[in-house]
Amino acid sequence: MKIKVLFAAWVCAGLMQAPAYAKGDAANGQALATQGDGSGAPCAACHGANGEGMAAGTFPRIAGLDADYALRQMVAFQQGKRVNPAMTMNIDNFNQQQLADLAAYFATLPVAAPAAATASQAQLELGKKLALQGDWDNYLPPCASCHGPNNQGVDGNFPGIAGQHASYLKQQLQAWQQGQRQSDPVQLMEAIAKRLSPEQIDAVAAYLASQPAAPQQ
Amino acid sequence: MKLLNAITLSLAALFTASLSVAAIAMQNNDVSQVKLPSMKPGQYDHQAPTLADIENDSELHPELKKVVLKGRDLFMNTQQLRGKYVFNDMNCKSCHMGEGRMAWSGPVWPAATTLPDFRGKNGHVNSLEERIAGCFSFSMNGTAPEYGSDTMLALAAYHQYMAKGAKVYDRNIGGRGFSSLGKDIPKDVSFGQGAAVYANNCAVCHGPNGEGKKVDGEVVFPPLWGDGSYNWGAGMTRIFTAASFIQNNMPLGQPGRLSDKEAWDVAYFINAQERPQDPRYTGDAKETRQKYLNFHKATLYGTEVNGKVLGQHDNTGEKPFLKPEVLKPRTFSDK
Repeated sequence: MKIKVLFAAWVCAGLMQAPAYAKGDAANGQALATQGDGSGAPCAACHGANGEGMAAGTFPRIAGLDADYALRQMVAFQQGKRVNPAMTMNIDNFNQQQLADLAAYFATLPVAAPAAATASQAQLELGKKLALQGDWDNYLPPCASCHGPNNQGVDGNFPGIAGQHASYLKQQLQAWQQGQRQSDPVQLMEAIAKRLSPEQIDAVAAYLASQPAAPQQ
Repeated sequence: MKLLNAITLSLAALFTASLSVAAIAMQNNDVSQVKLPSMKPGQYDHQAPTLADIENDSELHPELKKVVLKGRDLFMNTQQLRGKYVFNDMNCKSCHMGEGRMAWSGPVWPAATTLPDFRGKNGHVNSLEERIAGCFSFSMNGTAPEYGSDTMLALAAYHQYMAKGAKVYDRNIGGRGFSSLGKDIPKDVSFGQGAAVYANNCAVCHGPNGEGKKVDGEVVFPPLWGDGSYNWGAGMTRIFTAASFIQNNMPLGQPGRLSDKEAWDVAYFINAQERPQDPRYTGDAKETRQKYLNFHKATLYGTEVNGKVLGQHDNTGEKPFLKPEVLKPRTFSDK
């Protein structure tokens, strides 16, 4: 009986937690990143030669992403839990081992320092407040309560969001609001995203983009 | 040809995915709603000041402001007292969510407006400082900063400031403490179903074994059992306290996500796990349970669960002693 219950729990948990995939091979991932999946564009076409992404195109930085997180996202695109036609089209022929290899490769790439912030001081202040203190009167815990110290990430379920492009962060928060992103465990991010005002989204995206992705050495 | 295949596959994948997405959406379609209990008619509520309110309070003497802010800093990052007063991974804010300001999450201002008061847990009249000392002794598995010390003064000042404008000794407070589900454990409470609720809703943050998560030694998600968690004397070991806390605060950002039954089951499951010894331990868990039954009638301590008597051990976690000196009776006899 107990085993049945635990098994059911495990199956349900599979909906939201990264299953244990085979470990990725970064060297193979590098080759795959250049080749593409056979019927689509190589990663660099959108994410840049060094995985730096492109703010103007809302293409996220993928250099230095947690490998478990990156893999889980690519699987989510294949399964339709994240919706982005370009992304789905360009990785649909990869099997899970190849996705793991790609994730392992991009995790090894160094992250450049954040670009100078273009947002206003007031906007950055509001963003900082949301990121580090939250807005509990509107039931918004601080980003850092899940994304870790300085929002630099905890693990494959709680990625670093500091040093990500503001345009992409904004787009994703809106995707959650519109139900186009359902890959978050226990709807943890969806609940928060749906309570954010447009001003708060702009502010928190601008602030996080201005922060370093990794602890300063 | 290959392209056509890819399109067919994508369509198939999209179809399957849309089915599973629809299933998820039906399960929980309004997660943005904060579902908290409502205050009973006549109950008193108080909006505790925010950090900005403290910073902008021009009537606060700069020295006092410094002390209140120090208290807030200690409250939010109690780990700075690790190894001296704190011997587990908890912070005050771990249980008193939202800076200790939130109703249904153990708001701290009522401690400042209702103490000194008689407290059933230790059977005598407690001051605000002694109440804070209780948290250090049990929830933080440690010992309290000395009464009147700078650290204790700062913490007390933060509590007091949170009560700014609140009515003193008005006891009909809404959202106080953790007991919205009542104190009676349902007869059909289930360890097995609690384990399933835990795996589905809690493990992603608190870990499959309740161990919590840290980044570079800094606690992000507190442990729920084991050496890093609250000890067997902490209020949260009471099933009803944990059940009410969980339903109104967890998963983080989604008060009311869990049903009453799920909250009771998972509270039972979590509090049926081992944790550091109750500082009031006599050497025998069953005897200790009887001695403090007023408290332990709501816990599983000293009872047999899954073939083992909970709390029958000498493990005090990282804390190098059992009982802090601060835990002592107080009497006002005439002699």
